[in-house]
Amino acid sequence: MLKAHQLSFQFSPGVPLLQAASLTLSAGQWVGISGDSGAGKSTLGKLLAGYLAPQAGSVTLDGAALPKSGVQPVQWLPQSPELAVNPRWRVAKILREAWTPSNAQCQAFGLQEKWLSRLPQSLSGGELQRVCVLRALAPEVRFLVADEISTMLDPITQVELWQALKQEAAQRQLGVLVISHDSALLERLCPQRFHLSGGQLTPW
Amino acid sequence: MRQPQPRLRAAISLVVTGLLVIGLIASQWLLGDTPQQMQFEARLAPPSVDHWLGTDALGRELWARTLAGLALSFWVGSLAAILSTLIALSLAALATLSSRLDALVSLLIDTLLSVPHLILLMLIAFALGGGTQAVIIAVAVTHWPSLARVLRAELWQLRQAPYVRMSRAFGKSRWFVLHGHLLPHLLPHCLVGALLLFPHAILHEAALTFLGFGLSPSQPAIGVLLADAMRYLSGGYWWLGVFPGLALLLMVLGFERLSRQLRRAL
Repeated sequence: MLKAHQLSFQFSPGVPLLQAASLTLSAGQWVGISGDSGAGKSTLGKLLAGYLAPQAGSVTLDGAALPKSGVQPVQWLPQSPELAVNPRWRVAKILREAWTPSNAQCQAFGLQEKWLSRLPQSLSGGELQRVCVLRALAPEVRFLVADEISTMLDPITQVELWQALKQEAAQRQLGVLVISHDSALLERLCPQRFHLSGGQLTPW
Repeated sequence: MRQPQPRLRAAISLVVTGLLVIGLIASQWLLGDTPQQMQFEARLAPPSVDHWLGTDALGRELWARTLAGLALSFWVGSLAAILSTLIALSLAALATLSSRLDALVSLLIDTLLSVPHLILLMLIAFALGGGTQAVIIAVAVTHWPSLARVLRAELWQLRQAPYVRMSRAFGKSRWFVLHGHLLPHLLPHCLVGALLLFPHAILHEAALTFLGFGLSPSQPAIGVLLADAMRYLSGGYWWLGVFPGLALLLMVLGFERLSRQLRRAL
């Protein structure tokens, strides 16, 4: 179980972004987070994945702090896949940075063989996002923080990506935190949803 | 996607420059002691069929002395540029380890940049007793700050890049991140930085030698040739300054062009 307990965080003194925000994510659970721009959704996601350290409160996985080394059990997926890949690496190398997915998994996420020898710049945003999502699904991973991962994609690619992720998450009992502005998407994907406003999480 | 054309151009430039450098180095064996041979019957002879680029006040062939001077400048410039780049890279890497070290490196960069270049060069070369080694060290120790500033900024930016942070989240070691993500990104900067430092290093070597703090006047360095030429220019012996100066200019421009094309290609 991934637990955020009384998280507080601020980038500038006197301007709190998160104020004692608490959240629990269990295995296989999908939780949605919505909120205005600048409300702190991404910051919450980064805190949960260990990319930022909370100024107060704690993030625990099964009661213990997040591990300092090895493949992190909580992976963060950013909105822009272009920033999530080394522009000098070919797709095959990018994909295998964390683990080596099987052909069936590549097919499930719609990855094509011909992409592997290409540089990321030659792939579309949707194609690259599929690569990034699959890359983050190493066997050690138990929770995903999907931070607006489908915002920049066309509707068909969005559906394909979420379907593939749903299937994989169901098979492996992955807990997924979906961060999005799209209320309709969150309603479809996540039985439990929160709205982040004024540094507090409110169920909706 | 990378376009093949800039890489092809850079490759051609690299091959041409490489061949010229190899030719320059090889010419030193072929020349033997020609740059030092004096012909008193042909003192200050203008360019002609017998004396291609003319001769100096002691009747020494200027083409041989220019080639020898270029080779010497090449070695001094190369070693100084490589040393300078290594200092810049090491300090930039050190600066990323903690904010205190960063402040210290920044202070060092600002201090060195605020001191007039040539004075520092002269002081270091003088303190080390002059000669080739002193010039190389003096040029290397004074030329790294600008490159270090660029590399430091690049490293700071790169360390915050999502793909670098994600690599650590994928369980990759600091060493893997360094050689897999950071260094390949910095390598073109280092290469271009070193190539851009090279002409500076040559020019400062020439300047130091010209001012008497550098190489020995007995060595046929470009700085020595230009310093000698100054005394004869007013007498109409233009070739003494023009040919060594032109050769230095062509070498500097050649390396500048190569660095520009490599920057585009990499």
